[in-house]
Amino acid sequence: MASISVQSEDFDIGAEIDALKQGNTSIGAIVTFTGTVRDVGSTLKTMTLEHYPGMTETELNRIAEEAETRWPLLGCRVIHRYGTLEPGDNIVLVITTSSHREAAFEAADYLMDFLKSNAPFWKKEQSATDTSWVDAKDKDSVALDRWRE
Amino acid sequence: MELKYFSWIREGIGAAEETLKKPDEVTSVTDLLNHLCSLGEPYRTVLKERVFVRVAVNQTHVPHDHDISDDDEIAIFPPVTGG
Repeated sequence: MASISVQSEDFDIGAEIDALKQGNTSIGAIVTFTGTVRDVGSTLKTMTLEHYPGMTETELNRIAEEAETRWPLLGCRVIHRYGTLEPGDNIVLVITTSSHREAAFEAADYLMDFLKSNAPFWKKEQSATDTSWVDAKDKDSVALDRWRE
Repeated sequence: MELKYFSWIREGIGAAEETLKKPDEVTSVTDLLNHLCSLGEPYRTVLKERVFVRVAVNQTHVPHDHDISDDDEIAIFPPVTGG
C-alpha cells in the first residue's frame, strides 16, 4: 500500500495529498512532514545527498510496511530526494492518512525516526570555503528507543 | 564479493566499488574489515575507527559479527544522515 519514491526531482506536496485522497472518503486525518535544506548561519551554498540505489528503496519499503502493521493507515507516501540541493529546497516528504489523527501523527513520526537512522543516505555540505560530510547525531539513534516495546 | 563504498569511506578509499575474492579465513564482517586493513593504505586509515563503520550485506544492515560469503554484495559506509 505504501508508495515510495527516491528521485532527484522536487515534489508537489498538494498533488501528493490529492493523490492519496483520491477515491478514499474514509480518510479523516492527513499528516505530512517535509524536511528541507537548512542554512542556519547563511554559510551553506549547496547540500549533496548520496544514496545506495536499490537498498534505499528496500529499506524505505521495509520501514513503511512496519508502520502499516503498527497503525491502521489508509495511505502512506514517502519521497526522498538525492543529488545537489540548495538552502530551502525540499529533501523528504512523508504523508500518512488514517481515519483518525493519532495513527497518522504517530506513524509519520515513526517513519521519520527510522528513515533518519536506517535509510542509506549521506549528506555533504558545501560552503564558500569548505566541504564536509554531515555527522550522524546520537539523538537519532536514541529516538528509536521510544518505539521499542 | 562485490564491495561497495559510500560517503567519506568511498572518497577515502578512492573507489565506489571493487570485486575481491574472499580469502578462506575471512568468515565475518569483522574479518573482512581486518583483512582490508591488512592491505595497508588507504584502507587502514579509513576503516580504523570501527564505531564509524556500518555494513550492509545484500542490501540489509548487519552487525559486524555477521557471516559473509563470496557471493555477497557488501556495502561499507559511515552512519547514515538522510531525512
